[in-house]
Amino acid sequence: MIQVTVNGKPVSLEAPMTIEQLLVTAQVPPNYLAVEINADVVPRELHAEKLVNDGDEVEVVTLVGGG
Amino acid sequence: MTSDHPLVVGSHSLTSRLIVGTGRYETMDQMRDSIDQSGATCVTVAVRRERLYSQTGENILDFLDLDRYTLLPNTAGCYTAKDAVRAARLGREILRALHNPGQDWVKLEVLGDSMTLLPDPVETLEACRELVADGFSVLCYTSDDPVIAKRLKDLGATSVMPAGSPIGSGQGLLNQNNLRIILEYLKRDDPNYPIIVDAGVGTASDVSVAFELGADGVLLNTAIAHARDPVMMASAMKHAAIAGREAYLAGRIPKRLYGTASSPTEGVISSRPYGGAIKKNQ
Repeated sequence: MIQVTVNGKPVSLEAPMTIEQLLVTAQVPPNYLAVEINADVVPRELHAEKLVNDGDEVEVVTLVGGG
Repeated sequence: MTSDHPLVVGSHSLTSRLIVGTGRYETMDQMRDSIDQSGATCVTVAVRRERLYSQTGENILDFLDLDRYTLLPNTAGCYTAKDAVRAARLGREILRALHNPGQDWVKLEVLGDSMTLLPDPVETLEACRELVADGFSVLCYTSDDPVIAKRLKDLGATSVMPAGSPIGSGQGLLNQNNLRIILEYLKRDDPNYPIIVDAGVGTASDVSVAFELGADGVLLNTAIAHARDPVMMASAMKHAAIAGREAYLAGRIPKRLYGTASSPTEGVISSRPYGGAIKKNQ
């Protein structure tokens, strides 16, 4: 098991997984999302290969209404 | 008749000089209908954590026609340059996937205080510098301080966006003299440099006044979203923008202390019991 943080919440994963695998649980289409690992944006072209590892801080964001 | 030209901000050419926000509406349908009535072709959006925001699974992108609107992602809610730069990069990444033309720009907003929502000038300057270096076209929200506005322009901000009054306060343009100084200061050797009044608009006349002063654009959100009838207020804002801009282009008359008659003064059938007692100077 590894421990990561996703959007500020602790999450346990069986093993390191790709960003694409992590996003399966998201409620909106992948093209509405952007992902950061440890404060660096991971371009979506790399989502299928970039692994989320133990201790990583992941942010998954989308667009919302704002002024 | 003088004709107008589009508002050019960096690589973007906007046919409407009104930019509207997408926040604080009761429903997504109300937002979509209000924006439609405003005539705006550019709308602002915010970047937030997925799932923690929407309980319904609704996403704003399903309610905005991306062929019609250029999105302007903001860094609202950020209090440090570091966070603002992160938000800007995340927004750019989302817009890149959507193939929306807004991917090259950002509305930079770094706040200093959650009560007043006034911008933090030090963090704003730092974030502006970093984002310009990273290739962003930066539309920079700031206070109505002319010196900071000048500093932001000198740092390479594509547009400086002074606040009329605090965000969402509806107090209108509190210091018109400062706004006039900013307009003079930043446009003196660069008349096409875009100045967009952002924040504080309460009602339609505030929009007209901003354009009459010479602002190139107005950005607003709450004044429409929290009006009793947002869709009708959006229409009012559209007309106010046109009225103010046309008045600016047409050139207002100077203010005079005394009246000047609109009707001929000769041939009047009347007597003047106190006629001409005071000699006019102007």
